[in-house]
Amino acid sequence: MASTYLPEERSGVGLAAPAPAAGRPPGRARRRAAHHLTAYGLQVPALVLFGTLVLLPLLFALYASFFRWGGFGMPEDAVGGDNFTRLFQDPVFLGDLWRCLVLVLLSLGLQLPFALALAVALDQRLRGRAVYRMLFFAPYVLSEAITGVLFGMLFAPGDGLADHLLGAVGLDGPAGKWFSDPSTVMATLFLVMMWKYFGFHMMLYLAGLQSVPAELTEAALIDGAGPWQRFRHVTLPLLAPTLRISVFLSVIGSVQLFDLVWVITAGGPDHHSETMAVTMFQYGFKRYQVGYASAISVVMFGISLVFALAYQRFVLRRDLAGATTTMRGGGA
Amino acid sequence: MKAPRTSRTLSLHALLVVVGAVMAVPLLYAVLSGFKSTDQLSRNPVGLPDPWVTSNYTDILGSGGFWRLVGSSTFIAVGTTVLAVAVSALAAFSFARFAFRGREVLFTLFTIGLMFPFAVAALPLFLLLRSMGLLDNPLGVILPQAAFALPMTIVILRGFFREIPAELEEAATLDGCGPLGFFWRVLLPMARPALGTVSVLAVVASWNNFLLPLLVFTDDTWWTVPIGVQQFQGQYSSDTARVFAYLVLAMVPALAFYSVAERQLVGGLTAGATKG
Repeated sequence: MASTYLPEERSGVGLAAPAPAAGRPPGRARRRAAHHLTAYGLQVPALVLFGTLVLLPLLFALYASFFRWGGFGMPEDAVGGDNFTRLFQDPVFLGDLWRCLVLVLLSLGLQLPFALALAVALDQRLRGRAVYRMLFFAPYVLSEAITGVLFGMLFAPGDGLADHLLGAVGLDGPAGKWFSDPSTVMATLFLVMMWKYFGFHMMLYLAGLQSVPAELTEAALIDGAGPWQRFRHVTLPLLAPTLRISVFLSVIGSVQLFDLVWVITAGGPDHHSETMAVTMFQYGFKRYQVGYASAISVVMFGISLVFALAYQRFVLRRDLAGATTTMRGGGA
Repeated sequence: MKAPRTSRTLSLHALLVVVGAVMAVPLLYAVLSGFKSTDQLSRNPVGLPDPWVTSNYTDILGSGGFWRLVGSSTFIAVGTTVLAVAVSALAAFSFARFAFRGREVLFTLFTIGLMFPFAVAALPLFLLLRSMGLLDNPLGVILPQAAFALPMTIVILRGFFREIPAELEEAATLDGCGPLGFFWRVLLPMARPALGTVSVLAVVASWNNFLLPLLVFTDDTWWTVPIGVQQFQGQYSSDTARVFAYLVLAMVPALAFYSVAERQLVGGLTAGATKG
């Protein structure tokens, strides 16, 4: 028996010592075959699960999006690209796209900077810092459905907490119309999202800040850099990979937003808080226009994919460069 | 740090206290409101309960309905986690310790799953589950949740498995361990922290999932906590105090789990995000 079951050149990590070149060709070929068999065999359960329940549904949605179909039997009434043409003339869906963009911009402009500021604040020695960290992150572990019901009640018309608080300081506020008025519903929704998610981004930044070497900031301090300069020219560039990932997650989150909206407003009033996923749900499960709903799924996937690929191509590549080079030249 | 910082530290603390209050008030308000009767809540919305009414909480805890939700959620979370972690560990082992043709392509395929919003697959997944007869069956939630947990779990475990030194593998081989023996007797015991991390992530994701159980469970036999909360609110919407009590009790398991598994959860989320 040779010293390792890894094939000739290297192990998966590229660290293992090369296996001795002993063994005559036939035995070696057999060992190589056995090695491949084990390697593929270990992948089978994951591939079956992932293939049937993730990839297959996705491909099926793509197929169904070219049919007019109520969801029973097989799709037969092929309509070509009609569903997509209709989609991009549908004011509700165009509104969904617009609201998705608004949420992304609000998140990039307010939520992420806020999370960053608090991460920087909590990165210093500070009494009670562990408590703050835990408190700010806590909403992230709550279910969106539960969060939604809670805030639906806090912003309830008439006797919600929000109106009482504003009343107590002598302000009128939207007087119970938080979620029921077209002009305030998205802003209120964004507040809830910020309450729920900023702690997650803050945690990402805190993890990133830990990797900024103290020597660098100290060196900048000795060079006479003020706090802002140290932040701008030392911390921020080193934090860039974390920031990009947080931006990415934030965008994907806005594209697929469903639970919170469904529980609080179900897309109302009059579609003013509807998201792509809510529209898809309405058509797919309430109105049985499954082909049309599938087209919405396909567009959502398309947006995520294009964004993810573009992001990986142009932005993440630099960050992953180190990781991918170690993987190169694996087996084949 | 240094002395002249005091005023800055003070304003920093002020900021943190304000943010902390905004974060905590909704939760505290829900807890306190649960201790009032609905009548008292409308007369005295922001003050302390007077008298403290415990019947909202005790009624819910005394009824079987709430415990059944907790039971279903637990069963589904455990099932999802065991399946996802077991299947991912095998695949991650193969990715990390074997060189084989097509490895990178396969790995890329799984990582695509990381950027795949679940909502995209919801509709066709529902149709598939319906044709497989898995509606109103816990497997109808467990299997898809496990499938969607695979990418993140594989990415984290693969990273961990790669860091185990090759010398250990050689030593195990010399001692007569085959690949699976090495996996079972050496790799898995060493990877306990990583297994803990991915398990915590899978449990939390399953516990909080809303859309899938909403689609799969048409009757209340297998309802999970988030579905139960939404239904309860619909049913008792006029009894506000009782709904608050229900919300608070529904939050307790997740918050309790967070307080014991904070390290794994935060570590896993940041690792998953930065490695994905």
